[in-house]
Amino acid sequence: MTQEEIFDKVVEIVTPYAKNHEALGDVTEETNILVDLEVNSARLVDVILAFEDAFDIEVEDEDADAVNTVGDAVELIQNLLD
Amino acid sequence: MTRRVVITGMGVVAPNGVGLEAYAAALRAGTSGLRHIPIMAERKFGCTVAGIPQGTDEIAERYFDPDELLAMNSNHRFGCIAAIDAWTDAGLTRPERGDETVDWDAGAIIGTGIGGMDTAGQKLIPMTDAAKVRRLGSTMVEQVMGSGVSARVSGLLALGNQVTSNSSACSTGTEAIVEGMYRIRAGLAERMLCGGSEGSSHYIWAGFDAMRVLCRTHNDEPELASRPLSASAGGFIPGSGAGILHLESLESAERRGARIYAEILGGALNCGGHRGGGSMTAPNPESVQRCIRAAVGDAEIGTDEIDVINGHLTATGADPKEVASWSKALDRTTKDFPVIMSTKSMIGHALGAAGALESVASVLMLRDGFAHPSINCEDVHPEIAAFEASIPHSCREMPDLKTVIKAGFGFGDVNACAIFRKWTRKVS
Repeated sequence: MTQEEIFDKVVEIVTPYAKNHEALGDVTEETNILVDLEVNSARLVDVILAFEDAFDIEVEDEDADAVNTVGDAVELIQNLLD
Repeated sequence: MTRRVVITGMGVVAPNGVGLEAYAAALRAGTSGLRHIPIMAERKFGCTVAGIPQGTDEIAERYFDPDELLAMNSNHRFGCIAAIDAWTDAGLTRPERGDETVDWDAGAIIGTGIGGMDTAGQKLIPMTDAAKVRRLGSTMVEQVMGSGVSARVSGLLALGNQVTSNSSACSTGTEAIVEGMYRIRAGLAERMLCGGSEGSSHYIWAGFDAMRVLCRTHNDEPELASRPLSASAGGFIPGSGAGILHLESLESAERRGARIYAEILGGALNCGGHRGGGSMTAPNPESVQRCIRAAVGDAEIGTDEIDVINGHLTATGADPKEVASWSKALDRTTKDFPVIMSTKSMIGHALGAAGALESVASVLMLRDGFAHPSINCEDVHPEIAAFEASIPHSCREMPDLKTVIKAGFGFGDVNACAIFRKWTRKVS
């Protein structure tokens, strides 16, 4: 799976949790999931579970805690897939 | 001087109508909202009929954000749709996203009888038992906690006054309304969203089926299955949905120039202490009569001013005893007995939402001047036969209808009673 494909899938998964709908139109690797997209911090747990299902991976809690930006998520998923 | 409390908005999600106008039309027409429920048959329930509001997912998708929907089971969806409708019906607007203003004068008392059993049954318990706790995600607690619905509503509407969920079995919805009235009277709030909600889940209904208190005789004719007041009543039909009333101090309503449907003249709450014939599952008749009389006393009216009784009347063996209690408490014999009906004949028994759905029906009857039919009791119970003239088998126009009394009685021997009077715009 290319990095671009992972990026698109990550954005798709985060989309329903994003309170800032305008920011969704302009997502980059640097976009902060909590701050820019205004995802409720409690819902990060659900976002990580959705990553696990979509990519058939298992994310350790400490790795999940290190995810702040969309780029962080893409990198984490890429590493687990490799 | 006690502050007066009026109803300036209502929202309803009922098995026979979602929204005030659909519900009013269904009540007038005597339209049943009860249906065959396949999962109840598959799970070998004795009763396979229930009342489930229709079309609510489409409304929920319009009303709520995708991340909110992921954390909203049927109880939450019904309660929140009704709350938002009551709010906008009162002429208030939903806060914009990003608006940090909190409405400190407005609160909510939205009760539930049993609550998020669909979430517990489908996810929480099977996944926990399968050692998949980590996979439960973040939305379990808010969907099963007793205060889940009022908590969600407070966020949707930025409520800053008391926000809570009461629970008193089948008297929950009526109790919430009386509690809200007390709070506004006491000057502690200007506006309160009050009522109840109950989800649609066979896990909620299973225990009642096991008690053999659900009707088993009309599974092939769902619309005939809820038969309060009848000789052929064989138990209640479970229902679900939500009713919410927007209660407001008269001062606040007049200040806003709000449209007023009715005044809550008075109310009462009590318990029979499981004595004198009362038990976990049956009401102590003395406590029922005391509750009714206390509500009339609180309203400072005469018992002869009651025009309509919207009873608890579930279609169990308790119906004749309830009618006898009304007669005794109001000191009204068969000669001058008020009109009496059961909204449950059309929507089933919505448990924690019942009193609220039936209070909305009561206020709609005041608004439009009618008594809705009590369906499926052409064969009036022999012990109620003397009151037959008071039971509308079809819609009865009552343009002069002024006062409706509503009561709910619940497991635990608890009672709640509220009295509503049509608003005529003449302030005394």
